[in-house]
Amino acid sequence: MTLTPSSAGSVRGRPRGTSRQSRAGVAFVAGYVLLLVAFGVLPTCYAIYFAFTDAGGAFTGISNFVTTAQDFRFVDSLSHVALYLVFWLVSLVVFVVVLALLLHKLSLGPLSQALRFLYYIPGALAGAASVLVWLFMLDPTVSPVSSLLETLGFHTFGEVIAPGNLALLFTIIAFWTGAGGWIVVMYGALNNIPKDVMEAARIDGANGWQTAWRVQIPMLRKWIVYMVILAFAGGAQLFVEPQLLSLASTGVAGRDYSLNQLTYDFAFQMNNINGAAAVSVELLVVSVSVAGVFVARSGFFDAD
Amino acid sequence: MSRTRHGEPRRRRRSPQHVASRLLAGSVLTVFVVFFVLPVLWLLLAATKTDQQLVHDNPLTFGSWHAFKANWHALTAFQDNAILLWLRNSAVYAAISLVITLCLAIPAGYALAMTEFRGRRTLLIATLVVMLMPNATLVVPLFLELNAVHLIGTMWSIILPYSFYPFGVYLTYIYFTTAVPKDLLAAARMDGCSEFGVFRHIALPLATPVIALVGFFSFVANWTNYFLPYVMLPDSDQMPIQVGVGSLLSNVPSFNPTVGTLAIQRPQLALATLVAITPVLVVFLFAQRFLVSGMLAGATKE
Repeated sequence: MTLTPSSAGSVRGRPRGTSRQSRAGVAFVAGYVLLLVAFGVLPTCYAIYFAFTDAGGAFTGISNFVTTAQDFRFVDSLSHVALYLVFWLVSLVVFVVVLALLLHKLSLGPLSQALRFLYYIPGALAGAASVLVWLFMLDPTVSPVSSLLETLGFHTFGEVIAPGNLALLFTIIAFWTGAGGWIVVMYGALNNIPKDVMEAARIDGANGWQTAWRVQIPMLRKWIVYMVILAFAGGAQLFVEPQLLSLASTGVAGRDYSLNQLTYDFAFQMNNINGAAAVSVELLVVSVSVAGVFVARSGFFDAD
Repeated sequence: MSRTRHGEPRRRRRSPQHVASRLLAGSVLTVFVVFFVLPVLWLLLAATKTDQQLVHDNPLTFGSWHAFKANWHALTAFQDNAILLWLRNSAVYAAISLVITLCLAIPAGYALAMTEFRGRRTLLIATLVVMLMPNATLVVPLFLELNAVHLIGTMWSIILPYSFYPFGVYLTYIYFTTAVPKDLLAAARMDGCSEFGVFRHIALPLATPVIALVGFFSFVANWTNYFLPYVMLPDSDQMPIQVGVGSLLSNVPSFNPTVGTLAIQRPQLALATLVAITPVLVVFLFAQRFLVSGMLAGATKE
């Protein structure tokens, strides 16, 4: 737990300068605080208000939550997002750590830097661009890996985007754009492990696997946790991927796939603002709890 | 360390088993190079082909400049230069948000790190929590809020939310706590410098790296955002390029057989995707060093 009260700043502060400094500090943060209230706090309050009222503004208790939870799409989209998150987080942790360890182990010199940069380029295609690229990659008629798709038994685009495959496909897309940056970070963290620790492991007779498993991975732990938490935040908001896929398949696949799509549909297709707010509140509660626990417990963020 | 111990691993390194494991590791790394690079390469080449060539030619061959130009003309002809309008929209939204973000996040991060005021710790923790929250969960509530103040359909409905950038504040905070000694500021104050003067003349010149870093992250995040503008600016004239290119999808006959004469062919869609990512790609190439150090700095004070 690093959220202990600051000692350095306050104790050292000069008595004469303190009130002047304090006023200045407030002035410097004022603009940001305004935005924090307007676009962080206020929408949250707004969502809570709408979630517990009806279209006429009367208090309705938890009825919006019950109605939305009973919607035939709710459980489906919840389980879609959960499954996707499992695939995404597991593949991210496994492959990022393995690739970073291999890059580090092989010590390829300048080639290693080139590889890291190549891994990282798709990051520039985040968002809609990555989905468009992968629509092509997954369409056997134009894909450069169409023979691979054929071997796996997929002959048409429709077969590739069958509902059962979607969580995996979205994982591939997210991994393609997101993993490179993390490989670079993990590699940097591996480089920061003190040389004598590695040397000691070697002298003790540890082989490559043992060093990786017993020394390097434990020392990467906090980076892995940091990656998982940010990847969770990114993954829980799944929207653009299924939305574009549903456009590309004229609504056959990807419609109402994720919770965010469902809030969008509640709000803008079914005119049920209160229902949309209820789902938003549920997402907010989950994400604020996860973030709060992480900030308080991980000892990762130093709020001095 | 004794000589034999030193020599042992070197001998092991030459053993056939070791060569095999290096080969295995090398091929894993190579497979992933193909995975990450092949789609980008394909996209570059696809823009130079006709739809026929895209289906029948080898996927990794160059089409022709002629086809590339034809694709460009067909793409710009769509809705009378819509793609250029979207590009301009994206540039305007990203640029204005960038300026506001920097003007607010840098002083805020500075104040959190270098000054004392009431509520500082609360603000810092709030910043951390909001930073780790998926921002898309707030899209619908934001819509409700901005609808109440009649901003929906104006560019401010995305520029203002974009400008709220807690991650930038946190990065700046980390930067100042680690890289700038407080004594330096104290000395300037002793010399009679005002608080604003200290920030303007001492802190800001030292902050160039973090300004670049926050600017980079903010620009990329805003340029690639989809959900927020999709909800706030449904009108085609106001779409940023990401949403615009997404909307092209429903005009591609191979994805949507019902489209009529206004069709967009697949190579033109690939070209549109390239146009959409080029600014970010350029920034990426120039900023790769910054980015790495920034991702590391974003999480630790060591």
